[in-house]
Amino acid sequence: MSQTNRPATKLVPVPSKNMIPERDADKSPILECQHLGIDFGGLTAVNEFTMAIGRTEITGLIGPNGAGKTTVFNLLTKVYQPTRGTILLDGVDTHNMNTVQVNKAGIARTFQNIRLFSNLSVEDNVKLGLHNHIKYGALSGVLRLPGYWREEKIAHKRAMELLSIFHMEDLAGAKAGSLPYGAQRRLEIVRALATNPSLLLLDEPAAGMNPSETAELMENIVKIRDTFQIAVLLIEHDMSLVMGICEGICVLNFGQIIAKGTPEEIQNNPEVIKAYLGSGKEE
Amino acid sequence: MSFLNHLINGISLGSVYAIIALGYTMVYGIAKMLNFAHGDVIMVGAYVCFFASSSFGLPPILGVILAMVVCTVLGVVIERLAYKPLRQATSLAVLITAIGMSYFLQNAAQLLWTSNPKIFPTFFSFGGQTGVSLFDGGLNISYAALVTIIVCIVIMVALTLFTSKTKMGKAMRACSEDKAAAQLMGINVNTTISMTFAIGSCLAAVAGVLLCSAYPTLQPTTGSMPGIKAFTAAVFGGIGSIPGALVGGLLLGIIEILAKAYISTQLSDAIVFAVLIIVLLVKPAGLLGKMIREKV
Amino acid sequence: MKRLNISRNTRSNFATYAMVIIVFLVLQILGQGGMLSSTLKGQLVPICAYVVMALSLNLTVGVLGELSLGHAGFMSVGAFAGTVAAVSLQASIPSAGVRLLVALIVGAACAALAGFLIGIPVLRLNGDYLAIVTLAFGEIIKSIVNNLYIGMDGGGLHARFLNNTMTLGEGGRMILNGPMGIPGITKISTFTAGFLLILVALFIIFNLVNSRSGRAIMAVRDNRIAAESVGISITKYKMMAFVISAALAGAAGALFAQGQTTVIATKFDFNTSILILVFVVLGGLGRMWGSIIAAAALTILPEALRQFSEYRMLVYAIVLILVMLATNNPQIRGFFTRLSKWIKDLLLLRFRAARKLAGETDQKGGGEQ
Repeated sequence: MSQTNRPATKLVPVPSKNMIPERDADKSPILECQHLGIDFGGLTAVNEFTMAIGRTEITGLIGPNGAGKTTVFNLLTKVYQPTRGTILLDGVDTHNMNTVQVNKAGIARTFQNIRLFSNLSVEDNVKLGLHNHIKYGALSGVLRLPGYWREEKIAHKRAMELLSIFHMEDLAGAKAGSLPYGAQRRLEIVRALATNPSLLLLDEPAAGMNPSETAELMENIVKIRDTFQIAVLLIEHDMSLVMGICEGICVLNFGQIIAKGTPEEIQNNPEVIKAYLGSGKEE
Repeated sequence: MSFLNHLINGISLGSVYAIIALGYTMVYGIAKMLNFAHGDVIMVGAYVCFFASSSFGLPPILGVILAMVVCTVLGVVIERLAYKPLRQATSLAVLITAIGMSYFLQNAAQLLWTSNPKIFPTFFSFGGQTGVSLFDGGLNISYAALVTIIVCIVIMVALTLFTSKTKMGKAMRACSEDKAAAQLMGINVNTTISMTFAIGSCLAAVAGVLLCSAYPTLQPTTGSMPGIKAFTAAVFGGIGSIPGALVGGLLLGIIEILAKAYISTQLSDAIVFAVLIIVLLVKPAGLLGKMIREKV
Repeated sequence: MKRLNISRNTRSNFATYAMVIIVFLVLQILGQGGMLSSTLKGQLVPICAYVVMALSLNLTVGVLGELSLGHAGFMSVGAFAGTVAAVSLQASIPSAGVRLLVALIVGAACAALAGFLIGIPVLRLNGDYLAIVTLAFGEIIKSIVNNLYIGMDGGGLHARFLNNTMTLGEGGRMILNGPMGIPGITKISTFTAGFLLILVALFIIFNLVNSRSGRAIMAVRDNRIAAESVGISITKYKMMAFVISAALAGAAGALFAQGQTTVIATKFDFNTSILILVFVVLGGLGRMWGSIIAAAALTILPEALRQFSEYRMLVYAIVLILVMLATNNPQIRGFFTRLSKWIKDLLLLRFRAARKLAGETDQKGGGEQ
């Protein structure tokens, strides 16, 4: 397990009993969830989810299958409306927002099962991420007014810059659906980044990648955080990735947070070990 | 009293819609496709029964059975040839294919039997009477309407028992929940889907005969409008739900007849469709349907 | 590679423009030389109208990815609104060309409005539900126009619904007469006007598709959830595509109607919607040049093959099913790919390669049937 490239930050507690990096400590957290919960029919999928994420913190959300990790993402992005609790994004309650507004407010995400615009080119996928930053209307587009040429030129340049994070400029013209699996995952990250988020949610970014690809991805996630100065919340089953780059980790089981803390704390937490290995009573 | 008359006519027409809607709703529940050609299977059933009784002089009951057999085979063949190869295709592709199939049946019927309307024989008359008259003629109930309502009830009960008690019925419900899981449990999904088409098409034949007994003009396009309306009924009641088909069918039939009687004959279809649109907006899953969320 | 892609796209668009212009010029020259049959001449305006209809529906089905089964309804709105405008302005605008332009614009605007109003409820639904509701709206529009009476006198336009209880003033005349439609239309649509409308439709669609809004529309088609996740409003772009599509259909309807002597509401029924869908599917979803060729060919062919007219719809139906099977079933598609490769090899006279491949194709093709 490589822990060498983990930034040497000291972690300090914030009032919501979360640990965020010292460099963010004097600032308000970018995301604060308080007592978040959702019920599907009678089933409580997530309950009492309370955590805070610092402005430049990389946080891991881990837990066994079906623990409710992706549901947390869906709550944050308002794919589902929470039954209980509040989400504060940069101090603003997202209660009345929908998915589109939450994205405009600064949360971008990737998906566990890749959701690209697979019939469009790689560049168009990134430009769709830039959609709300391209300033010209449908009429300018149809009539090819100067605004169209100016904005499209800027968008093209920006898309290429973003693709260069993963060295994907050469693939710009390829159809997104025809890319190999790993490249599709990377493109999803680029597309999410293009929306200019302050919090990036990555749902199993390393799924299906080999160890060397995963190592490269780890470097890139840290690089993205450092360049864009944004917070990252990631769901991942690859423990080398989680322990390697996350400053704070939150463990979810049966929809409840069972542990929060630094990687070391989590690794030695008996609750976590029980959740992952079973208590012996369960099947 | 005339209101009661209209109501009974509405229930009778609604019963036909309900029987047709069953075919749509079962197929939609299992194959997740809108079988646009279902309405035209009704028409084929009606033609078969018509020729069996008027050209070959068979007794009505044999005509109906023959129609059921022909439609069952037709439904299964359509599924095998046109829909089965598209199991993995997008719903748009399947829907367009189904529309193509609907057109194929209509135009084949036109070539075979011409577009000249045929007058469907009266099956349901006893002692020269086609109906009973009550309250000194204030309330007229045709035998066709009575038979239609009774047949509808029998079919509903039988189908509910079938899906809840028999092995094949349970397999159907399993397939509509989760095809992959059903397959892992040893259910032959292809057979189950074929069976669903067979039952739906068999019921379509019955519906065709009942429909033409009430509205005796038989043309190649006879099935298409009732087909669309019955689909509307299925959506209305909640697609995939057998009681939903009954409720949707009955309500739609009653609304149509009452709109014809009290608002406008020309606008009755428009009113029926407007009701569908309103229902879909207020309750997108229909009256008795379940909303299925797309998993993110 | 990117440059190549963009130029491929643009090249295809320019080829489409060029195809339309060349065909127009050839037909014009043939027409001047008196080499066109009178039947074909009479078909030119309807062909243009159907081509625009196919382009318009392709925007909804191919680009937006939603099936509309009531597209003839928008054509109907455009046809009747445009014709009412043209007839009522006959006295005030003597120039036929200007009057046609006004009719097209009124038709497009009214259809766009209808598209917007219908879109509010319809576009909240997806897939099969949306299709069935557009079908319902198509039928509702037909019923409404069928029961609408519009007359004109010195006091302007008068309208009645269901029953014609109108008493018109001095010099008044009925324009739209319920189920009788609009009789006695002055034919002001010309082939040139139709050709220009096709170019305008192509211009709008191509430029829209290659712009920010068009990308968003295609994003909604490809993945709704992902589109929302990057801040694209589904309703807005669905509505945009739907309204533009309706407006083009309205203009096509107005063009069509001004080329007829009479228009009635039942002309624009479910069958017409399906016919246009056939054009779009045969031409290829999202492929505009395909729609143009399919619409033109399938409007001319029935005239040319008049003796087989009974079989026309049957053949359409079979072809529709076969095309869907051929494009959507992996095995059948594979068979066709190999078949076309085999033919290509044969044409390139690569005897040895072709002979070898042919053997393979026969074996595999035979095994699959």
